Amino acid sequence: MSLDSEAVSRIAHLARLGVEQSEYETYARNLSDILSFIEQLSSVDTQSVEPMAHPLDASQRLRADEVSETDQRDKFQRIAPRTEAGLYLVPKVID
Amino acid sequence: MFQKSIPELARGLRDGEFSSQELTQGFLDRIRRLDARLNSVITLADTAALEAAQAADARLKSGDTAALTGIPFLHKDIFCTDGVRTSCGSRMLDNFVAPYDATVTARLKAAGAVMLGKTNMDEFAMGSSNETSFYGPVKNPWDLERVPGGSSGGSAAAVAARLAPLATGTDTGGSIRQPAALCGVTGIKPTYGRVSRYGMIAFASSLDQAGPFAASAQDAAYMLETMAGFDPRDSTSIDQPVDHYAGMLDDDLAGLTIGLPKEYFGDGLDAGVGTAVEAAVEAYRKLGAQIKEISLPNTSLAVPAYYVVATAECSSNLSRMDGVRFGHRCEDPKDLEDLYVRSRGEGFGDEVKRRILVGTYALSAGYYDAYYLKAQQVRRLIRDDFVQAFKEVDIIMGPTAPGTAFKLGERCDDPVTMYLSDIYTIAVNLAGLPGMSIPAGMVDGLPVGLQLIGNYFEEGRLLNAAHRYQQVSDWHTRMPAGFE
Amino acid sequence: MEWEVVIGLEIHAQLATCSKIFSGASTAYGAEPNTQACAVDLGLPGVLPVLNGSVVTMAAKFGLATHATVARRSVFARKNYFYPDLPKGYQISQFELPIVHDGYLDIDMEDGETRRIGITRAHLEEDAGKSLHEDFQSETGIDLNRAGTPLLEIVSEPDLRSAAEAVAYMKKIHALVRYLEICDGNMQEGSFRCDANVSIRPKGQEAFGTRAEIKNINSFRFVERAINFEIERQIEVIEGGGEVVQETRLYDAERDETRSMRSKEEANDYRYFPDPDLLPVVLEQAFIDAIEKGLPELPDAKRERFIQDYGLSRADATGLTGSRELADYFEQTVAAAGGESKLCANWVMGEVSAILNKEGMDISASPVSTALLGGMLQRISDGTISGKLAKQVFEAMWKGEGSADDIIEKKGLRQITDSGAIEKIIRDVLDANTKQVEQYRGGQEKLLGFFVGQVMKATQGKANPGEVNKLLKRMLAD
Repeated sequence: MSLDSEAVSRIAHLARLGVEQSEYETYARNLSDILSFIEQLSSVDTQSVEPMAHPLDASQRLRADEVSETDQRDKFQRIAPRTEAGLYLVPKVID
Repeated sequence: MFQKSIPELARGLRDGEFSSQELTQGFLDRIRRLDARLNSVITLADTAALEAAQAADARLKSGDTAALTGIPFLHKDIFCTDGVRTSCGSRMLDNFVAPYDATVTARLKAAGAVMLGKTNMDEFAMGSSNETSFYGPVKNPWDLERVPGGSSGGSAAAVAARLAPLATGTDTGGSIRQPAALCGVTGIKPTYGRVSRYGMIAFASSLDQAGPFAASAQDAAYMLETMAGFDPRDSTSIDQPVDHYAGMLDDDLAGLTIGLPKEYFGDGLDAGVGTAVEAAVEAYRKLGAQIKEISLPNTSLAVPAYYVVATAECSSNLSRMDGVRFGHRCEDPKDLEDLYVRSRGEGFGDEVKRRILVGTYALSAGYYDAYYLKAQQVRRLIRDDFVQAFKEVDIIMGPTAPGTAFKLGERCDDPVTMYLSDIYTIAVNLAGLPGMSIPAGMVDGLPVGLQLIGNYFEEGRLLNAAHRYQQVSDWHTRMPAGFE
Repeated sequence: MEWEVVIGLEIHAQLATCSKIFSGASTAYGAEPNTQACAVDLGLPGVLPVLNGSVVTMAAKFGLATHATVARRSVFARKNYFYPDLPKGYQISQFELPIVHDGYLDIDMEDGETRRIGITRAHLEEDAGKSLHEDFQSETGIDLNRAGTPLLEIVSEPDLRSAAEAVAYMKKIHALVRYLEICDGNMQEGSFRCDANVSIRPKGQEAFGTRAEIKNINSFRFVERAINFEIERQIEVIEGGGEVVQETRLYDAERDETRSMRSKEEANDYRYFPDPDLLPVVLEQAFIDAIEKGLPELPDAKRERFIQDYGLSRADATGLTGSRELADYFEQTVAAAGGESKLCANWVMGEVSAILNKEGMDISASPVSTALLGGMLQRISDGTISGKLAKQVFEAMWKGEGSADDIIEKKGLRQITDSGAIEKIIRDVLDANTKQVEQYRGGQEKLLGFFVGQVMKATQGKANPGEVNKLLKRMLAD
């Protein structure tokens, strides 16, 4: 699978990842190589094979409906880049 | 002192030969003196370490006989440590002081172990050479112009140079075993779900597992026992009692059947490494084991399958790094888009970006079936290969890595070549099985690792097999020049 | 051109648990910003989700109550997109394998028709936080208290054909989730939110038209108005030669119109994949059976029983089973009144409901207990007071002045039934109004009401109306 700069730009946007214009080509090349490498997967027939999302055959454990966490806002917000009045601040979002 | 085993150190502490504070100070000095050459430590937590050592000494005085009380260790910088920076080798988290302890961190603390500091690693655990770290590459103590392996390069190098008797690592596609092989130390990745992932910054959630580095299987056994155990905070943690690994080390190997996958001994394997591994296998034969050839037919699909699953999962796991609640935030974002794009663009290095892009692509509309779904189907085939094999053999062995430590900068330009460094280790993560690497030889002065793969929850058997081998060989006792 | 409307509703019901779906933080409403957002809710590096068992039970209850399949195996999936109120950069939801699917609800329309509305699926997911745009000049404040609150997203088939049907369906779901006690249905607090997918097509056409999604409507009235506005808008667009754009729109209640939203995720590629931090939810049949056994009597069954056992009309029974509390109140009143279900129904749906509405109160807070009300209704049926005077008694009971008997005694409201006494008063009234008597006897029968009024006035309303009527007619005929 070959990707061009335009594709890189599109995927980078989906991932909100800043990629310099000057880097697009290199990324396109790298990604194309990686994707070609991955193409090998199509060589094997997996028609009746069930996909495996987890290595272990286990099911989800359930937790009791209890409040177990206390207010740690100060501790958590001490490491935040921008807060005010207990809120996290981001550039204004217009809906 | 720094070459003593864990039982020897524990005895020394118990008998009052030395205190934990002395031991800790000794290792801290060693790190200060020698780590400049290796760059294996990102954050030295000396004050906290000495405090912990003091508390350990008090516990020892009151008769605490637990294996790790007062024993220093280095902690891979991927585990959250309350009050101490956790960088994950990335600029994105360069200023991240975790507000809580990972479960592994808490367990080691509760056991009285003393954390000396956080070790260097490939950025967000993505790499096989520890060259992608924001804090610069780690050097292999056996040859400072070569890589230690990755992503847990810092921990492996540090233990190889005995900057600490123990270190923690994580393994998603080989990140404990491969650096263990390249640095000549013992490292084990347990069964998926054996050790809690809570607080261990996620790379690929269905593949990541934490495990110890040590100078010997015996030492690793003590460390793993402490790290392992059910954690209600981790839904993928398995509720099964932890075996007393240290008590199983001396079990007899008679009747043990070892399988050698023919796919692991073909093209791509360095001749010297192959010879060393064969010699190690011979030693097992002498110990009473039966050797059999087996086949894991889907081996060649493991690396491509991994690079779909792991990148897909990490592309999603890293979305939370957005400059809003913690971590790197760009200067003067002009709007929300700019905040995200620039913070993430500045915070992540190239390899991380590559993998996020591949993963995003693999999951994107129209490609899910061809990539992600397909990879998970291949994953089942790979797992089934192992299930079949374990019907005939108890342990699977082979080389951990296709070669010895390569030179710094040698593989940086070609991601795919770098990815193939993990060709023997990756399938084990896809299947969720336990795997370990032990020193088994030298080629041109560089260590060679033997990989042991066990069936689910058979860490004890692996450590036992490794220990018996280490009783009749001395590869694991060698020290790199300049660090003795 | 005749147009047909096609509507599908997506309802988000906040499940009434005390902790979040994937963490142990509290879900209590109204806390200070970010004081109920723990490490897991904040999506800090390294944290992991663990599933709250209550949400599974609640979802299963909903599935059983809507004749749906409760999946024995369901999977959580990540819905990936970037928005500041979504800390992890993905929402944990369910995609291919939801916990409930293929159910239905029957709704009663005003014309007496019943329509069956399919419920495609109901799945579990976590809520996002809140964005506050007003308080800061060039910035938006994010409160993550709500992040991680459990939601049940209920998706209907596009079976609704009018705004009225949509409202009926929404009301029925609202009542049901409250009956099941899985959601408090408080729309002001955002516990029950509705998105409507609206499209139109020429009558007779099979293919669906392009739909617009109207988001986050939080009242029954707004749903109706928003949908009606949207229908008109789409008709105008198409008849004007244009095409309906598939987009998200917001309903503006002040202007009574829908407006296109500046999209927050233009390329809606959510890249769903199974969440690797969570394992498949596997339910044993025994677990599901136990939940089924423990279900309360559901609204439809209760309504049928009311029609059967209490001889109520369909309309009355529907009104009384609107909520479990109201239905219970009614039944207890009937028991206290010793029967008289019709009378009780009239009063509960009439006076009681009216005053509750006026005071903005819920039935559970009624100062008039079922015992009190039942006692009063007994006095109506045994003739002690007239229905009209009972209103006074009720008002006094509401104010806490005691039981019906206490009040009747104190205010002397006993009905006059003695025919002799009434006859005397009638005689006085007829004597005082001879002109009207002549007119009545001359054929103006409508004047009977006038005489009744006069008698009632003279007795301060206490005369038994039935007796008054009977005696008046007789005495006027003489």
